[in-house]
Amino acid sequence: MKIQPQDATATPRLLEVADLTVKFALRKGTLPAVSGVSFNLGPGERLGLVGESGAGKSVTGFAILNLIAKPGFIESGQVLFEGRNLTALPEDKLREVRGDRISMIFQDPMMTLNPVLTVGTQMIETLKAHRDISDKQAEAIALEKLRKVYIPSPEKRLAQYPHEFSGGMRQRIVIAIALLTNPALIIADEPTTALDVTIQAEIMDLLLELCRTENMGLILITHDLAVVSQVTQKIAVMYAGRIIEMGLTQEIISNPLHPYTQGLIRALPQSGSGRGARLEQIPGIMPSLYNIPKGCAFNPRCPKKCAICSDETPALLSRGSGSLVACHCV
Amino acid sequence: MNVEPANTAPLLEVRDLVKHFDISGGLLEQLTLQGGRMVRRRTLVRAINGVSLTIQPGETLSVVGESGCGKSTLARAVMGLYQPTAGQVRYGGERIDNLDSRAMMPFRRKMQMVFQDPYASLNPRMTVRQILEEPLRFHHPGHTEAEVRDKVAEVMRQVGVRPGWADNYPHEFSGGQRQRISIARALMVDPAFVVADEPIAALDVSIQAQILNLLMDAQDQRGLTYLFISHDLSVVRHISTRVAVMYLGCLCELAPADPLFEAPLHPYTQALLSAIPRLGGKASGHIRLTGDVPTPINLPPGCVFHGRCRQAAQRCREEVPALREHAPGRFVACHAVEEGRI
Amino acid sequence: MALLARLRESYLLHSFLRDPVAVGSFIVVVLLVTAGFLAPVLAPMNPYDPAQIDVMDSELAPAWIDQDSSFLLGTDSQGRDILSTILYGTRVSVLIGLGAVALQAALGIGIGLISGYAGGRVDAVLMRVADVQLSFSTYMVAIFLGAIFQATFGVGRYEQIAVPFLIAVIGLAEWPQYARTVRASVLAEKKKEYVEAARVIGLPSGRIMWRHILPNTMTPVMVISTVQVANAIMSEAALSFIGLGMPVTKPSLGSLIKSGFEYIFSGAWWITLFPGVVLVLLILTINLLGDWMRDFLNPKLYKS
Repeated sequence: MKIQPQDATATPRLLEVADLTVKFALRKGTLPAVSGVSFNLGPGERLGLVGESGAGKSVTGFAILNLIAKPGFIESGQVLFEGRNLTALPEDKLREVRGDRISMIFQDPMMTLNPVLTVGTQMIETLKAHRDISDKQAEAIALEKLRKVYIPSPEKRLAQYPHEFSGGMRQRIVIAIALLTNPALIIADEPTTALDVTIQAEIMDLLLELCRTENMGLILITHDLAVVSQVTQKIAVMYAGRIIEMGLTQEIISNPLHPYTQGLIRALPQSGSGRGARLEQIPGIMPSLYNIPKGCAFNPRCPKKCAICSDETPALLSRGSGSLVACHCV
Repeated sequence: MNVEPANTAPLLEVRDLVKHFDISGGLLEQLTLQGGRMVRRRTLVRAINGVSLTIQPGETLSVVGESGCGKSTLARAVMGLYQPTAGQVRYGGERIDNLDSRAMMPFRRKMQMVFQDPYASLNPRMTVRQILEEPLRFHHPGHTEAEVRDKVAEVMRQVGVRPGWADNYPHEFSGGQRQRISIARALMVDPAFVVADEPIAALDVSIQAQILNLLMDAQDQRGLTYLFISHDLSVVRHISTRVAVMYLGCLCELAPADPLFEAPLHPYTQALLSAIPRLGGKASGHIRLTGDVPTPINLPPGCVFHGRCRQAAQRCREEVPALREHAPGRFVACHAVEEGRI
Repeated sequence: MALLARLRESYLLHSFLRDPVAVGSFIVVVLLVTAGFLAPVLAPMNPYDPAQIDVMDSELAPAWIDQDSSFLLGTDSQGRDILSTILYGTRVSVLIGLGAVALQAALGIGIGLISGYAGGRVDAVLMRVADVQLSFSTYMVAIFLGAIFQATFGVGRYEQIAVPFLIAVIGLAEWPQYARTVRASVLAEKKKEYVEAARVIGLPSGRIMWRHILPNTMTPVMVISTVQVANAIMSEAALSFIGLGMPVTKPSLGSLIKSGFEYIFSGAWWITLFPGVVLVLLILTINLLGDWMRDFLNPKLYKS
């Protein structure tokens, strides 16, 4: 497990997202949902994309797989994965990557699972869509993956339908399906938001363990800073379609630089803060696509706002310490 | 059962509350073939199974638990939205669970509720002004136009929504602002007791803090008593005086917040607390629970938690543990704690 | 003014203007309906006034075929101007369609609301009644009642009250459509937290039903209303065609088609064709408008 510094190193990169911009052509104009997002991921590296709803984190996840549906479109930027630019790949070539080298896990397991097919059928079909193998071989792989995600008595479970599983078990099955093709990267979009805390902890454990044993990369998209801080090595905080702070998880949690990241962390009730004390709150709300403020998008809510903030969009730069931050005032 | 110093009378008391839902449908759906004979079978969801607790004036009692543990059903039974199958709900010493809607009226003014989903809890066809005026005009028909308008403006200001927006419709507001309006509606009749059912679960992190602050401010200014339903344990720790932990319709543990979070007694509480994600913590530091959560349709005999509990003994599989006072103010329903095994 | 401004801003208008089929249908429906209701002003003659009819003009071909004819769309066997009868007939058809739908809606919304809100036994009984009603076709009910009515009171009396009679029959036969739709959306709305909030306030059930739930069920009601108007006009036309609807003396589009049907083979095709074209146009455009509205209001739910 090696964390890459900013400059390119000898270690090959698994994923390189460069200046990705996704726009939506809506009635009121063409609006940017993701603007100039860049980050890298090495093999087996785990990155957390953190932000509130509307920050553009899910859109970024979909854009990596070139899965943006109309009226959205990727306007510019590159997604280099294992040396191929996914934004320029034709659909049939994309299918060799999507669901094969990169798997995706959603918040609602029923988005992935078909309610009228048994788990076994779905796993075998998924596998046969990507590999030229027999049903028997496919079933053997499916069983192996179910065991990996600690599903008890997998032989019996293969013949069952999704509704016969509990919420946590379903998410395990989805992870098992994601593992079928031994992907190099998993994109997990709020994988535990719909689950209870005890189940969430188990699923996160499982994801972390699998990333380590299989040397898989992970992009964890979530609103929950605490969850991200336990699982990932790097964090990118998004706000109004831009990455506003990115760096090592430990660094960002213990020493957040951007006023928004600071606000997010302080808004969490901490065990030491004492009962009934007022929580530090960020005033206002995240702007919608329609009214992203000029300059730094966070400036109307920012306690450290100065004159330049409402004119000029700050670039994501290194400010001395290890993290990159997009703020004029740091 | 009496909690806390016995000299203060509780504001709200729940006694041996049971709520079962019959989901078996019509007669035709109940009939099944069994061994060649038609059998009529009912399907019951045992949402609450004998819960007792008291809430003191001015305190915040939080009920925590995972989905399906019956915490929202408990909130609705307290508010009279569900008729309890058995047991009592008392407010200020008076029994309210068996009142008809007319006799319930004075209690409706004292007890109000804030709901989870700010997108569903406001009628989309009514303006904010109509939404807020309705409870006031209904309970105080004698108020003049000016009085009603002033009260709406006052409460809107208090919850941090500009009174000038009163003629807008709910869909023109963000989730956080809608939740403020929902709180304003509850406050319109100046209640003494508010049930908040997951009031921040549907909101973004930076907005959650705003709403929690608002709820705490309202409590300070108005001397409110809260029954706070939540699955978010770090929030619960922050705002509660006492915490009740529920699992599958049963109360596992009831204790003042700090001792409960520092040294949980019930094995389920221990597992639940260890699973809270902490900033910069380790993912694998939690207590692993084995087994699946049973459904409230097929409740296991004995302690409902025994199937996932590492301390489970023969007695736990047969006998339902009673909620007993283990230390002053700390109630636990666990055979292992009682026997000193943990 | 505020309402107008809201409409101009709204997505409804935007989506409507971007759909040429919807705009076209809307224009045709508006034209047909206004022409029908302005019939006394627009029509070249009043086909109900025997003084204006000359039997010598019977079965004249349309003006562009027969140079002698002064009637744009020709005349029928009694010498009435087809254009005028179509205008008057459209008025009768639309009137019956709207009246029947108003009755259906009043019955169906009331019953659906009570059924959905009360639930339990009340719901079971009302919905079984609706099922029984639906298992009789509209035509069967109308034929049955019409026959009894004409036998009891005589044909002369029937001709006087044919319009309210048809409204009542078609309205009674089709209320379950509304009842079912409203009940389904009441069941969905009833579970929402704003209804619980109203109950926490202590509002009585009647007020919760009317002030809170009913306005939120109006979207699907609007959708089925357009389709039901078209259906009611069709039902009326069909009944008139088999002689159980509007009498020939006070014709609707259906009875006009019928009255010309006997003359098709004698060469006077125009008597049947033109009312038929208008009927098809009316039904088609109303249905197209209904389709657009359904797609707009809920792209997922009502696409069956």
